[in-house]
Amino acid sequence: MKAKHQRLTLALLALVALVGAGLLGAYALQDQASYFYTPSDIVEKKPEAGTAIRLGGMVEEGSIERSADGVTVHFIVQDGTARQKVTYTGITPDLFVEGSGVVADGRLDGQGLFVAETLLAKHDENYIPRELEGIDMTSSEHKTETLVQ
Amino acid sequence: MHAYANPTRFLSLARPLTPFLLFGGIAMVLVACAWGLLATPAERLQGDTVKIIFVHVPMAWLGMAGWTGIAIASLSELIWRHPLASHAARAIAVPGALFSLLCLVTGSVWGRPAWGTWWVWDGRLTSMLVLFFLYLAYIVLANETRKTSGQSRIAAIFGVIGIINLPIIRFSVEWWETQHQGTSISLMGKSTIDAVYLWPLLISAIGFSLLFGAIVLMRMRASLAQTKVDARLKRMAAE
Repeated sequence: MKAKHQRLTLALLALVALVGAGLLGAYALQDQASYFYTPSDIVEKKPEAGTAIRLGGMVEEGSIERSADGVTVHFIVQDGTARQKVTYTGITPDLFVEGSGVVADGRLDGQGLFVAETLLAKHDENYIPRELEGIDMTSSEHKTETLVQ
Repeated sequence: MHAYANPTRFLSLARPLTPFLLFGGIAMVLVACAWGLLATPAERLQGDTVKIIFVHVPMAWLGMAGWTGIAIASLSELIWRHPLASHAARAIAVPGALFSLLCLVTGSVWGRPAWGTWWVWDGRLTSMLVLFFLYLAYIVLANETRKTSGQSRIAAIFGVIGIINLPIIRFSVEWWETQHQGTSISLMGKSTIDAVYLWPLLISAIGFSLLFGAIVLMRMRASLAQTKVDARLKRMAAE
């Protein structure tokens, strides 16, 4: 076996071991490395009331209710299977609208209400010009000719 | 590749290619930025902050492509002892670090209005920050080993090992719940980014890639010239 081939074999073995180690590491991390709990995770894992957790999901359509004081907002975060009632007092980010993603730090009170202390908006992978708002991007082809300014 | 193992042959190709990449890249970046900033509409939720993607996304791609280049060069140094490999890897490291940093900075500037925060420790942001640190570590390691022994074996091994971070960056948004949005642009399937943004973004990405290539070629030429100078000084001292 030539020295070059020996080095090639060794390098390939090292790469396989490296990728294997990486995948094992990622597998072991799993949801430990997740940035937030979804409403389903809360149903499943039942975090204790009062422990600090982070909740992420979509703001349910038609669920945002602003209180009379102007800074308190109630809404529902859902992930398609479970729903979680949330309340937050403070200024909401620009991207906080119904149907969009949200990440909230806070804790559950005894009655199953999530009291958020900070509220971050989450953007999804869709980038749609304002003119096209309301058009279903999944069924319609992109129509650039209507957008030329 | 071994046709270009000879530095003279490599230089005869690199010299005319450098201005082509440099000015071509600058022109395309200017076109893309003018198009992106002036002629694209505001996004439905983000408004005008969407326009940061014309810099942010190419920086992210090239930051990752840079390490891919370092890993390939490192492998060909370890296995085939390619004489230009260590020059190439060192040449890539500095613009790679710069582009990764610009990716982090532009992302942070976007995150403030869009998410409501400059920074969060989610999978995507953290793994990208790790890539930036890997670049810094690589630069220090490669410079130090070159100075002391002229050997870059350790830097090459580090360059290969570091590649494990790239799939983590790429798939962080799929493996874990993250603050960062999922992948919008797909080569095979349908992209979820509207064509009005996609076209200037692609031109910008090609332009920055050419610029990156020009920087790498210039740094490789400088590195080869430095090797020549060192060798000559050594010879003169010996005489």
